[in-house]
Amino acid sequence: MSTNATLPARLAPFLARRRRSYYLFIAPALVTIGAVIIFPWLYTLWMSAFDWTLGSAAHYVGFGNYEKLFGNQRFGEAVLHTFYFTALAVAAPLLLGTAAAMIFHREFPFRGVLRGIFIMPMMATPVAVALVWTMMFHPQQGVLNYLLSLVGLPPSLWVYSPTLVIPSLVLVEIWHWTPLVMLIVLGGLAALPTEPYESARLDGASEWQLFRYITLPLVAPFIAVAAVIRTIDALKTFDTIYVITGGGPGTASETINIYLYLQAFAFYNIGTASAVVVVFFVIVLALALLLLHVREKTKWM
Amino acid sequence: MDVRATAALTRSPTHYRMRRWLRKAGFWLSVMVIVSPAILVFLWMLSLSLKNEIDNLAYPPVFIPSPPTFDNFLQVFEQNSIGRYLWNSIVVSGGATLVALLIGVPAGFGIARVGARRLTVLILIARMTPALSFLIPLFAVFQFLRLNNTLTALVITHLVITVPIVVYIMAGYFETLPKELEEAVLIDGGSVWSTFRYVALPLARPGVVVGTILAFIFSWNNFVFGFVLAGRGTRTLPAAVFNMLTFEQVSFGPLAAAAILVTLPVLVFTIFIQKEIVAGLTHGGVKGS
Repeated sequence: MSTNATLPARLAPFLARRRRSYYLFIAPALVTIGAVIIFPWLYTLWMSAFDWTLGSAAHYVGFGNYEKLFGNQRFGEAVLHTFYFTALAVAAPLLLGTAAAMIFHREFPFRGVLRGIFIMPMMATPVAVALVWTMMFHPQQGVLNYLLSLVGLPPSLWVYSPTLVIPSLVLVEIWHWTPLVMLIVLGGLAALPTEPYESARLDGASEWQLFRYITLPLVAPFIAVAAVIRTIDALKTFDTIYVITGGGPGTASETINIYLYLQAFAFYNIGTASAVVVVFFVIVLALALLLLHVREKTKWM
Repeated sequence: MDVRATAALTRSPTHYRMRRWLRKAGFWLSVMVIVSPAILVFLWMLSLSLKNEIDNLAYPPVFIPSPPTFDNFLQVFEQNSIGRYLWNSIVVSGGATLVALLIGVPAGFGIARVGARRLTVLILIARMTPALSFLIPLFAVFQFLRLNNTLTALVITHLVITVPIVVYIMAGYFETLPKELEEAVLIDGGSVWSTFRYVALPLARPGVVVGTILAFIFSWNNFVFGFVLAGRGTRTLPAAVFNMLTFEQVSFGPLAAAAILVTLPVLVFTIFIQKEIVAGLTHGGVKGS
């Protein structure tokens, strides 16, 4: 008994020496991450202080790129488009995903298969998804306008209308990413205790009251996590917007990411593009931290 | 529930049974409502790819191809070097996944055993960075190294996606494995390498499988890297399919066929590891950039 108790203690220095060799296991990955992730971050930060168009000489301009960016109307509009798109593309999947999670939390026949089908959009290649939706949005030959006509609604211009383009793109986003929210909330539901439900039922609580006053507060942290992930992803959305509209019509759906792409790889304004990346990153980080803060609060609800 | 149920039964059994039936019907209706958008879009994609051009342009739309035709698929293969792009995608995603496994699995092991969970924060921040922002510096470096338009450059860039996924999943997986066996090996004079190679790694096989498939899927799905860095001959499949949209007359059949070719392998994989994806994603919300 006594030897058993002291054995780990005697082993401690021995194992501590071993710890160093564990770092050798991490080293190759650290070097790779340094090269393909951290180096680009630092390089971008550095380049954002230069006026540099690919193929010509770079001049140091300090915060010049940022000043120009904040005075740029097109960039300002891109920021607004991004926020508009993100607000819708976070709120709708959160609502629908939570509802779907409540459904998949129950036991019913074929649950596994149906859940598998439900999560397929999330894994599908974004370009393929975008192509199919582009065809469905087509004002003359698209299937969506046919479906509208079936329920007696007038045809819509969808992504060809400057006012409807962002809500239409959000529709794709909802289809694509509601499953991810569902999975995260489902994970939360699976971890719920059963006791509060039993006692609440005995007290005669209705199904809605059970959901509103027990389930919702308990899964709130998971919904918050889903909100953070969804916010980051919605802000970053590029593939579907670029393939379906390219930022159009005009610049009606030009988000920060599309603006960034054009600056970097259409105009080769590396300096400006780098400044956009830095501003973008600050926005993403700020929103993510804000949401995490909200999450800490909701934990104690 | 039980108390009220018996009360209802004594009042009116048929009334109760009716309500129960309605509830069940309502539940199944809601299941149909949430699952049908996923099914319908994929079926529509399939329908478009199997119909001839006339049926695809018909109004009201023709839903069921009669007879189904594979002309669209043949056309995609004949007019575009889809075979080559398919190969490029396999090389790039396969290569990037292989490298990620070689360096990411040991790293996950090291992180789990040292308890350096903070390293995974780095991975979360990487996830927050838009993919395009990695491209600007890498594009410049590849330009300098004359690596632009090569598959090597694409494999290196795709490490941005695959390495974090593998490290994240493996660190989580190795943490769940018991340490006692490894400690016993160490006490008997075995090296850390042998604990990894002969104890931890064989036990971690399920984690490796999930990590491999998820890394491969997210690399396969990536569009921007291939779109920006690749030339005509080195495009990956998503980038090549997008080019069909811009440079050719838009006809629905071949486009849908191409979209299916890109995403079918992914959907097949998804069905294969559905359970693991559910488990993996509910824990960490792992998703490529």
